[in-house]
Amino acid sequence: MPVVTSFRRLSEEEKYERFMQRIEAGEKIEADDWMPEDYRMTLIKLIAMHAISEIMGALPEKEWVPKAPSLRRKLGIMAKVQDEMGHGQLLLRVAEDLMAPLGKTREEIMQDLFKGDLKFHNVFHMPAPTWADAGLIGWLVDGAAIITQTNMLDASYGPYARALKRICAEEVFHAQHGESIILALAEGTKEQKEMLQDALNRWWEALLMFFGPASSETTGASKQDITIKYRIRTKTNEQLRQDFFTKYVPRILALGLKLPDETMHFDEKQGKWIYKQPDWNKFKEIIRNNGPKSKERLRLRELSYYHNAWVREALSGQSAAV
Amino acid sequence: MKITKPEELHQHPEYKEALVELLFQLADDDFILSYRGSEWLGLAPHIEEDIAFSSINQDTMGHAAMYYQLLEDIGIGKADDLAHQRPSSERRNAVLLEEVNGPGHYLHEPRYDWAFAVVRHYFYTQAKKVRIDSLKHSSYEPLAQVAVKINMELYYHLMHWRTWFIQLTNAQGEARERMKNAVAKVFEDFGGVLTLGAKGDRMVEFGLIESEETLKQRWVQAMKPIFEEVNLDLPSEFGMKRGNGRNGEHTADLDEAIMTLSEVYRLDPLTAW
Repeated sequence: MPVVTSFRRLSEEEKYERFMQRIEAGEKIEADDWMPEDYRMTLIKLIAMHAISEIMGALPEKEWVPKAPSLRRKLGIMAKVQDEMGHGQLLLRVAEDLMAPLGKTREEIMQDLFKGDLKFHNVFHMPAPTWADAGLIGWLVDGAAIITQTNMLDASYGPYARALKRICAEEVFHAQHGESIILALAEGTKEQKEMLQDALNRWWEALLMFFGPASSETTGASKQDITIKYRIRTKTNEQLRQDFFTKYVPRILALGLKLPDETMHFDEKQGKWIYKQPDWNKFKEIIRNNGPKSKERLRLRELSYYHNAWVREALSGQSAAV
Repeated sequence: MKITKPEELHQHPEYKEALVELLFQLADDDFILSYRGSEWLGLAPHIEEDIAFSSINQDTMGHAAMYYQLLEDIGIGKADDLAHQRPSSERRNAVLLEEVNGPGHYLHEPRYDWAFAVVRHYFYTQAKKVRIDSLKHSSYEPLAQVAVKINMELYYHLMHWRTWFIQLTNAQGEARERMKNAVAKVFEDFGGVLTLGAKGDRMVEFGLIESEETLKQRWVQAMKPIFEEVNLDLPSEFGMKRGNGRNGEHTADLDEAIMTLSEVYRLDPLTAW
């Protein structure tokens, strides 16, 4: 008790200073701990977006769940997409705890998504027109997700770090699931190989955009500075993108695939990959929900949300009261 | 008579014929309902249900895969081909299970009916439970072994759907109306789930499964207290309004479903995917 009382008596500046000392010492902040307002808001935004992205991320693969070409593949992709929904739920719970002191709930998250105030990840606005796209999402999109999420495994906010630990463990299985689909295609018929190369060409730019712009100058906004300051993440967007290249470029080439970027090479002197920048104007459009599939996928989620409102009402007992 | 290995079936062609028929019914039922369930992905009333439902669909697809594997082991064809290649006229699933989830397409403007989903899955799962309990004593031992495995997962499926059914039917207003309509709709074709089809008598004679009438009575017994709890009448006869799927009678819904679920497979049925 004396500790709590003395902490309450501190000025805001002193609380902030204590807070920074804690996170710089590697301590974890818990849901009920004091935290600066912008830390809370940054986390809510980051985690709600992550949660919603997991859930919206099920939609590009949704098309291929019923269509998977064998019983084994059907079972595999069902399990994979179920995991993604599970991640979404786990993260929603983390976001809900952070929002509780503000009097906000999951309902606000959904409404913000429908209004366009809460974004879902730019990679999930892209079309997935073939079975190879389903494999590529598992292999490279989940592979990219592992890289960004690993970067936050030691996040200063304990509940998020713990959720990420579990998520990353499952993402490794997803990447293997995707890789297995990709391998079958890469070793398959001419048509299968072409289908795979097409999918890579289609997804390449989206994979570069996945990590976000190198600096806020590119698009006018980036959360990376504040998230690094608060020890939520350690590496910059560009470092993550470079890590992705280092891990996946050799693997892509080993499968006999061509990189859709002829300028791409590793510069020994600079110690980094040189590549053609994606069209960041396109990126800006995507994050305004003007991507190729943005509207369609939002519509799917919104329609199901309202169409099933009677079920949630029945469960909450509201209709009994009417 | 007990048959312990597929090889022994060569000496019993009539037994084999009845067994194959039964296995197709079991496999096709689970396969098509799991498919319908998978169309719900991302569209369930809340995220928690999306996760639970897709877990059930996965289990159910796993059960279908086990039955198709039993057919493959008997030499009827490769499991994947049996699941993806057969036209609707060769399918043995109940018509109720092939019906679309509601208006719309699973990617465009789906207006799926959650009341129908709950009632169809609950009633079917209870019928499956009755069947599985009987199959645990089947004269075909590989099938009895599969039944034991499936039974473990069924416990949770049944509990899940029973909870939904009671909660929504006992809610007042719109939910109860919707549930009553769904119950009436499901009963119109539920006879097709309970029947063993034209070769049912042979299946019983060979000790593969108990009689249709026995199974039906067990289903009614299991449902009676539930219907009392939700204050609804339980009929004693169930319809087969749109035909008997056990005899290969099906609707256009099944043709469309087969086209979708085999779309990639059909690009090249001979290659590995």
